[in-house]
Amino acid sequence: MSDQSAHTPLAEPAVAISELTRTFGDLTAVDHVSLSIGTAEIFGIIGPNGAGKSTLIRMLATLLPPTSGTASVAGCDIVRQPAEVRRRIGYVPQLLSADGSLTGYENMLLSARLYGVPRHERKERIERALIRMGLADAAKHLAGHYSGGMLRRLEIAQSLLHRPAVLILDEPTVGLDPGARETVWDRVIELRDRFHRTMIVTSHLMDEINEFCDRIALIDRGRTAAVGTPAELKAKVGPDATLNDVFIQLVAANEGERERGYGEVRRARRAIRDHG
Amino acid sequence: MAKLGAPAELSATMAERSLTQAAGDYLTQTCAVAAAEVQKLYHDPLELITRAVQPVLWLMLFGEVMARVRGVAPGNIPYLDYLAAGILAQSALFVAIFYGISAIWERDLGVLQRYLASPAPRSALVLGKALSAGVRALSQAIIVYVLALLLGVGINLNPLNIAGVAAAIVVGSALFSTLSLIIACLVKTRERFMGIGQVLTMPIFFASNAIYPLSLMPAWLSTVSHFNPLTYEVDALRVLMLLHGASDYGLLLDFGVLVVVTAALIGVAARMYGRMGY
Repeated sequence: MSDQSAHTPLAEPAVAISELTRTFGDLTAVDHVSLSIGTAEIFGIIGPNGAGKSTLIRMLATLLPPTSGTASVAGCDIVRQPAEVRRRIGYVPQLLSADGSLTGYENMLLSARLYGVPRHERKERIERALIRMGLADAAKHLAGHYSGGMLRRLEIAQSLLHRPAVLILDEPTVGLDPGARETVWDRVIELRDRFHRTMIVTSHLMDEINEFCDRIALIDRGRTAAVGTPAELKAKVGPDATLNDVFIQLVAANEGERERGYGEVRRARRAIRDHG
Repeated sequence: MAKLGAPAELSATMAERSLTQAAGDYLTQTCAVAAAEVQKLYHDPLELITRAVQPVLWLMLFGEVMARVRGVAPGNIPYLDYLAAGILAQSALFVAIFYGISAIWERDLGVLQRYLASPAPRSALVLGKALSAGVRALSQAIIVYVLALLLGVGINLNPLNIAGVAAAIVVGSALFSTLSLIIACLVKTRERFMGIGQVLTMPIFFASNAIYPLSLMPAWLSTVSHFNPLTYEVDALRVLMLLHGASDYGLLLDFGVLVVVTAALIGVAARMYGRMGY
């Protein structure tokens, strides 16, 4: 389905977020966020720790229902049609999602079956994906013995088997060495240029966001502090500004009000984990 | 979950996926989860071997001593025979009741999110996990059978009976592993789970007919035991597994209770499993 549809530009954006809000008890993790992400766009989400990036992304992946507001992802509504959204997107969580006690091939097979890849296509699609990700030789080894970079490539391969229109990557390069990071980004770029996939990526590394993302949203305390291309955001701050400067300046603008001590961070994290 | 008043485009996409295709997907997804668990066992079978120690101890220590006490087992069936069916159910129970801990482990790792982000219905995921607990328990059954034969227990080796035993064990394990999953969804940490798991196994095991008949119990305990699904699992196992075993309630009621309780628990667990990812 995806290969034909990818080349015909959609009239509506791939992702349209409107007034999306999520609270955990007293904490408003995501606060009336509205964004529009175009087809075949690499959209970066940046922001300080605890800004609400992961909460936002988990709502888009339908893992967490919003408190209010909604979003349309790949043409389906995350509140009313979560199962349809799941069928159309790929999601690579920040945490380790490949199963270490299964082999690379078995991990892929599990995903193929869960995502309804037709039986007669499974083997071929899996083998091709493993070759493309440079994992063909390791396919029969337990994922528990993979390096960090191999695991990320396996997870990305797993989430692409059903050819999703939108791929959501939550900190895909965290903990990877520069070589492995580059491999991940090469794949992301290829997915955009060759297959016209839309990608939403979070990262703490301003260099890679600056280099690879078409547009960025800076999220701070649950709100969008700025949206635009890397060049637009940098121009706002100054002629020679880097994305790091943008981050520091726009986030620091609010710094006075927020003195988050250990206690508050702990409370916030526990709330995010336990509420629901 | 579908809400009332869905727009026309939604019902159109639903209609496109025919009912048979949806049923086929459901089956594939359920089996995918179960198959993954079986593959894990294949890669690391040590767990199965260590788990075999407990039934061996029960039959060879407890069983041999209690066999000298007359009048525990009803009718003229030797106590060791009577006990063998109970120990089979017990070893399956112990595998199943700690099953939830792997769900907590998967949640902490992130593997759970892979499952929950997939289009598989939550009930298919829960059912798949439940069936895989049944497969684990079947490997226990093989060990108990071998041991019981060595100890001279009168075992019925008719293939139909063996199939019946396998069915009772799979359903019983699905039941208790789903109960375990529900507890895991509630407590969310391994430490709390371990405490509750220990507290649960004792009453489920002793307030049942696993090692003595309900007729030996004080009235209140006998009443409690009638509400214990393990009682019906053991009852079915006794008549199916043993040459001279008898059922107190009949196989229809035994399997009826097991299937209905399992289905109800899966319904509850499916609702809670999705929230475990929050």
